[in-house]
Amino acid sequence: MATAEVSPASTGTKKTFKVKRYIPSENPKKTFFTEERGLWAWLTTVDHKKIGLMYLGSVTFFFLLGGILALLLRTELLTPAQTFIEADTYNQFFTLHGAIMVFFVLVPSIPAALGNFVLPMQLGAKDVAFPRLNLASLYIYIIGAIFTFIALASNGLDTGWTFYTPYSTESTSSVIWVTMGVFILGFSSILTGTNFIATIHKLRAPGITWSKLPLNIWALYATSIMQVLATPVLAITLLLLTMERFLGIGIFDPSLGGDPVLFQHFFWFYSHPAVYIMIVPGFGIISEVITTFSKKHIFGYWAIALSSLAIAFIGFLVWGHHMFTSGQSAVATSVFSFLTFLVGIPTGIKILNWVATLYKGSIEMKTPMVYVFVFLFLFSIGGFTGIMLGALSADIHLHDTYYVVAHFHYVMMGGTLIALLAGLHYWWPKMTGKMYNEFQAKIGAALIFIGFNMTFLPQFIMGSQGMPRRYYNYIDQFTIFHQTSTIGSYILGVGFLLIAYYLAKSLMSGERAGSNPWGSRGLEWQSTSPPDLHNFDHTPVVINGPYDYHKPMEEFQLGLANAHDEKH
Amino acid sequence: MANHSTSHPTHVQHHFVDSDQQFDTAKLGMWVFLVNEILFFGGLFCAYIVYRAWYPELFQMAALELNTFWGAVNTVVLIGSSLTVAMAIRSAQKNQMKGLKINLLITIALAVVFMVIKGFEYAHKFELGIFPGDFYTYEGLDHPQANVFFGIYYMLTGVHALHVLIGIGLIFWIYLRARKGEFNSEYYTPVEITGLYWHLVDLIWIFLFPLLYLIE
Repeated sequence: MATAEVSPASTGTKKTFKVKRYIPSENPKKTFFTEERGLWAWLTTVDHKKIGLMYLGSVTFFFLLGGILALLLRTELLTPAQTFIEADTYNQFFTLHGAIMVFFVLVPSIPAALGNFVLPMQLGAKDVAFPRLNLASLYIYIIGAIFTFIALASNGLDTGWTFYTPYSTESTSSVIWVTMGVFILGFSSILTGTNFIATIHKLRAPGITWSKLPLNIWALYATSIMQVLATPVLAITLLLLTMERFLGIGIFDPSLGGDPVLFQHFFWFYSHPAVYIMIVPGFGIISEVITTFSKKHIFGYWAIALSSLAIAFIGFLVWGHHMFTSGQSAVATSVFSFLTFLVGIPTGIKILNWVATLYKGSIEMKTPMVYVFVFLFLFSIGGFTGIMLGALSADIHLHDTYYVVAHFHYVMMGGTLIALLAGLHYWWPKMTGKMYNEFQAKIGAALIFIGFNMTFLPQFIMGSQGMPRRYYNYIDQFTIFHQTSTIGSYILGVGFLLIAYYLAKSLMSGERAGSNPWGSRGLEWQSTSPPDLHNFDHTPVVINGPYDYHKPMEEFQLGLANAHDEKH
Repeated sequence: MANHSTSHPTHVQHHFVDSDQQFDTAKLGMWVFLVNEILFFGGLFCAYIVYRAWYPELFQMAALELNTFWGAVNTVVLIGSSLTVAMAIRSAQKNQMKGLKINLLITIALAVVFMVIKGFEYAHKFELGIFPGDFYTYEGLDHPQANVFFGIYYMLTGVHALHVLIGIGLIFWIYLRARKGEFNSEYYTPVEITGLYWHLVDLIWIFLFPLLYLIE
């Protein structure tokens, strides 16, 4: 029994609490899996952990769908002329691959699936601020998905995931169903963002001041701000597009006095911040994993925390770099080009701080850490090629080529998805209480790394030589690059299947993971694995920063010692 | 301060420490949602700015087609409803349940008046043939891009009217809960945050009125 002087989030003034140490049970009898069982209990639950897992399941399903489409596309591109599908089908496949991967996988993947699970735990809260809205966001996501399936079952979609006018107002495919699906999906994203902002502000356990927030929380905070500010603009854009198709209101139609470039401005005002909505939560995961497996305090805590907010801010000012060739004024393109370079700075700050964290750390190469290194390598390539694309003269040459395709796959897949895999392997023991096979997991990571580079490195080369994106056929000189890329995508596919296999197997026959298998100082690890329905059976009290590895573990397991808690 | 305190009043959900924390959280959540609403309308305001800069004479001509008198009446009606919703919150804070219910009902009545007037305005436009987009047949406005103005007009006022309808539904729901005696000076969070939403709906109209009706 001891006392600690900390300030609770709800009042902000310092108070002295009686605290004692709570050692989490290594073999918990009651977990959120064993309480409130049954299908109905899951479907109506307001527990953030169950909702997070249901999101994880939905996202995995869509990832499988988008992945199969990608493999079909790559297979078609094995030969310069038609290989096995029609040109129209090809157009539909790349559109759906893009739309599914962006809206149904990458945007919700880290915040709504992993974030939902760990955010309240890292804050020492019992749940998110608005648990029912959290469940509502899941169902809204599913309704959005149903709309998209209706489109698939009717005429498909062939506009590309960007829905550019005027083609999207003329195409005979089911544009309205998909735009309405994405419109609905946006609400899910907004609700998650709103929920997280309120939770981070108001539901922190005693002692978690802003300077003691885990960097994952800072990243999710920056993400939530972008979700709340950017998504409504996409919503109104899609609504205008729908009205354009239904009524012909003319806002994006030049023959009626409107401007199709205005659509591009509106669309990218959302969709560029959306790139950061996808990648910034990945940054949060990297910060958590890299400290845990270096057993060392993060280098430059505030630099990493605030650079997330800086990215969120500058991310709103760079949308015009998608439109260098759309007839923007020369002044606007120069300004957008400059701002694009600027956004590289906070991102670079993060990379350098992570690398500095490794210096003199005792590095343990477990699977999540392997993915961190994969991330650092791939994301840096993605980031640097982004700077090249931000340069006006280079972009005019590279615009709409495979170079751009390779760039955003290095960022979105090499960045976000690899970070997601890092997070999934890192928190898997916490979420399920089971440990996966470490050896198979490393083989999986190696396959992903090799397959990924084999798929996308050739695309940089052929893009720089002028191979346009979205083309169904190509000239013979690109054959070798396309074939290498396709074989790489198969290796990538095998890698994902292996991951699915050993993760599923760990659920059936995996070893029991202890409450804290990695020896992390993070608050989410000071609960049982899997956690109790209410996350902790005490109120956690935090006196140290989340990365204070130089301090003993017992200082990280404190909780309020009051009469009520002792009865537990 | 514990998030596992012993005695919870019934209205406090299990994951909050106390009533104050729940109230502050709900209020913050609503403010964040309102910011999102402003960005939603922001897209339309942005389209308005672009096309007004492109076709300034169209906006002047088209504004003359709108009925400034009824627009002004509607502005007064909505500002009045903002006052009554604020009075409803005040009544809840002072534990005056009768005042709460009456003010909520007046707010609903004013919102309905707004919708009725708006309905008459729309009906009049439709009679003239001022329909949105492809269905525009009005001859009285001599400008080739006349339907761009009305596209923006119908989108702005239509989306706003949808917000008014949602507001009527929410306030009615609050009224039903007030009738069941769910609120008192200790707990009136839903009244407060619905009021916040209603003020925003009012505020949007205060911008729409001069931007659409009062162009000289």
